[in-house]
Amino acid sequence: MKEFKGRVVIPGECSATALVSHGGFNTLASYQTSFLTGDKKATCSDQNNPDIYKKPMAGVALCLPQTIGSTTGGMILFTAADYGRQPACMLFANPIDSIGAAGVLLSDIWTDAKMPTIDSLGEEFLSYVQTGMKITIKDGGVVEVED
Amino acid sequence: MRLTAQQQEIYDGKKGKTYAKIMETLVRYGELFGAEEMAEVTGEYGHLVTSFGLKVIDPVYKLMDELIEAGVVSKQKFTMDPRPLDKNVPSGPLQDLVFYKFMYSEQGRYEKQLEKLGLKGKDGFSCACYFDEQGNRPKKGDILSWAESSAVVYANSVLGARCNRNSGIIELFGSILGCVPKFGLLTDEGRKATWKVEVKTTKLPPAQVLGSAIGMKVMEDVPYVYGLSEYLGTELTPSVCDYLKNFGAATASNGAVGLYHIDKLTPEAAELGESLIADGAKTYVIDDAEIQRVIDSYPIIWKNADAKPKMCFIGCPHLSKNELIGWIDDIYEGVKASGRKTTTIPTVLTAAPGVLKAIQGTREESMAQEIKLTLSYICPLMYCDNPLVHSVPIITNSNKLRTYTSCRFYEDDKILSMITGQGRN
Repeated sequence: MKEFKGRVVIPGECSATALVSHGGFNTLASYQTSFLTGDKKATCSDQNNPDIYKKPMAGVALCLPQTIGSTTGGMILFTAADYGRQPACMLFANPIDSIGAAGVLLSDIWTDAKMPTIDSLGEEFLSYVQTGMKITIKDGGVVEVED
Repeated sequence: MRLTAQQQEIYDGKKGKTYAKIMETLVRYGELFGAEEMAEVTGEYGHLVTSFGLKVIDPVYKLMDELIEAGVVSKQKFTMDPRPLDKNVPSGPLQDLVFYKFMYSEQGRYEKQLEKLGLKGKDGFSCACYFDEQGNRPKKGDILSWAESSAVVYANSVLGARCNRNSGIIELFGSILGCVPKFGLLTDEGRKATWKVEVKTTKLPPAQVLGSAIGMKVMEDVPYVYGLSEYLGTELTPSVCDYLKNFGAATASNGAVGLYHIDKLTPEAAELGESLIADGAKTYVIDDAEIQRVIDSYPIIWKNADAKPKMCFIGCPHLSKNELIGWIDDIYEGVKASGRKTTTIPTVLTAAPGVLKAIQGTREESMAQEIKLTLSYICPLMYCDNPLVHSVPIITNSNKLRTYTSCRFYEDDKILSMITGQGRN
């Protein structure tokens, strides 16, 4: 088990299984097919992201460096949250990017969904955490990763 | 964040709960990036990225209804990304049923909502809103509240305006309030390059591959690019602007670039030169081998990699008038040279509504009609992005379209050869 500390973007506690994207998380490319097919598990459709392609994103602890791609990204995340298909939490290794920030804020202010978000967890966090590990968010931006 | 008295009143709810939520969203958004104040939006028009009445984004329409019911109106008019539907674009009965009755069944409802909030006009639908024909071209130094990654990177880099890579909805909120949090690309410091990119290829690299390579490397950072002015010159001619449009779209979609500087060419680089490069900037060298490596890295996700293409899209982002005319001329010439009457596969050239109007009645329009080229204002991404079309082998010269759909990328010359049976001269 290892603890990492980051900055609280959206407060809250959470425990979920990690889904790790080592490359930038392309929000539109990741969600677009699941939206069209009504897939409640939100299976990732980003062909360019082998780490998470074809893996369910709803309810996981999504670990990523930052988001990339289309500026619809924030709207997409807000939509996923309104439908209850958002990740349980989002854990950014880097300082959060503007599209990712929009997505988590729109979800927090304009929907009832809860998606605690921590950023600036550092490169070591993303090197350490692996898909399938158990993640717990504690107070003060502390993220606990269990093998 | 320090707010003006007027902004504070909105934040405190004196204009109502909905306006207060809009202000709260922008304040919290800015605070995440260290913004200490709001900047007044000085660009004449906004630009919104969410142009499609996709049934599955119902939460967006609910939010729009909430805004309208609260009496919210945008302080500035805005343009939109391209429409998702056009009956001119080839499609079968099943596709039509799915497109019109299911996928984009909310298009009419959504456009009515947009009109109430401040849509600039019925033809204001293009990702390239900055074309003269579309009438939303900001001036150098203008502060914008835009989204659409390719438009933001163009406005920042080629026009010298100032705009962050805003998300859909956030950009509308900035237009509604007439202010945006001041951080990132709105500040001098945020416009400094943290990457030096040295282009050392033996010829001008394809814009969309070079952009892709840089985007994937620098992600959301600002690159300062050397070596391109040797090929492009030092003036922003129409063809240079077209190259930069396509280059920028790839940097933004394959990465998250919101601003680039081209040494001796783009406005800020021409004016400020290497003083735009931050201390400790990293270096990325691009040679012919790197360009090829990037091309070879693109996955082919057709079910049958050897399938014969059935359709072609050219124009993501939308083609400029010069590009549209150039493609029509080249395709027409190629088709004739191969002794054909039409292209080998249905081919759609996508351009802004204003650009399509500008070539009405011209020789090029007749040539396009003669060889059955489809000219459309559609967003090819919206057309291609559904399970019915995923299984169709479609080719494109757009790296952005490749990124978001199952379309297969080829460079311009190869595309021309495939759709005409002839190579570009």
